[in-house]
Amino acid sequence: MFWSQIVRVGLLGLAIGGTCLGLADSDEHEEKEHQGQRRAMAVASNPQYKAECASCHMLYPPGLLPARSWQAIMGGLKNHFGDNASLDEKTTVELTQFLVKNSADQSSLRRSQKIAQSIQDVPLRFTETAYFKRKHHEVGDEVWQRKKVASRANCVACHGRAEAGIFDEDEVRIPR
Amino acid sequence: MKPKIFRGIIISFLICFPMSVFAESVSSMLIRYRGEARKTSAEFQEFSVERGKRFYLQAKASASGQISCATCHTVDPSQSGQTRAGKSIDPMAPAINPKRFADAAKVEKWFMRNCDDVLKRNCTAQEKGDFITYLVSIK
Repeated sequence: MFWSQIVRVGLLGLAIGGTCLGLADSDEHEEKEHQGQRRAMAVASNPQYKAECASCHMLYPPGLLPARSWQAIMGGLKNHFGDNASLDEKTTVELTQFLVKNSADQSSLRRSQKIAQSIQDVPLRFTETAYFKRKHHEVGDEVWQRKKVASRANCVACHGRAEAGIFDEDEVRIPR
Repeated sequence: MKPKIFRGIIISFLICFPMSVFAESVSSMLIRYRGEARKTSAEFQEFSVERGKRFYLQAKASASGQISCATCHTVDPSQSGQTRAGKSIDPMAPAINPKRFADAAKVEKWFMRNCDDVLKRNCTAQEKGDFITYLVSIK
């Protein structure tokens, strides 16, 4: 019993240590990628954000919407585009802070700044902004309705590295 | 000799530990739901795989009459489902996806959200217990 407890604690330590090393490594990697990609958006590298928000939809880079939009979205999670996406109060506060801090109007990245400048109101959906519509005016209805596209909100269908904040036009691959 | 024994302990631990955690959390969840169900209904006897399956599949009971658990999780809980936003959902059957029902707080969070989406009310303890009992029965 005693020995198994020691082994248990030791393994837990190893697991935690390994996870921390892994996280540190990926942060560094993302930073490097950012330097190479001036148009890349701040990456949503927050494990809590990923766990709570990206089980239902793709991991949206916070730099897609201004702070006031994120505040409105996080204030209405009980009816989140028709679904109940409620979180406990502590998590809601923490994630709102994270989203606001990395929002389009707080960002030093070019694309986020352009998005922030183009938005006057408080959109809840990035896909309804004039910026999104202008950038996608060549995309026909037939493309949006394709099964593999699923939804305008499913950026990753065509922008393979959207979750890493990369929306460069030359990387776009529209599924058949 | 010693390192061999030590390695044996580690290997058997690695195999057994996740399974024991799973078994513990599912059974303790069911014990809790059973206690709640007995408190609210005098007729309640035991959770049922059959009732759980009906609950999982039946769309008629939903607020809109159109959706059920199976709408997003698929009619076969050993398969992956898909959310409305196009994200894949790992299978619900713990025999295929051991991460299911391993965390009681997570289970309660999703019952709270999804029961509201489908039924526009909270699920009862009996419904929760039947649901888990059905999914655990899938091999």
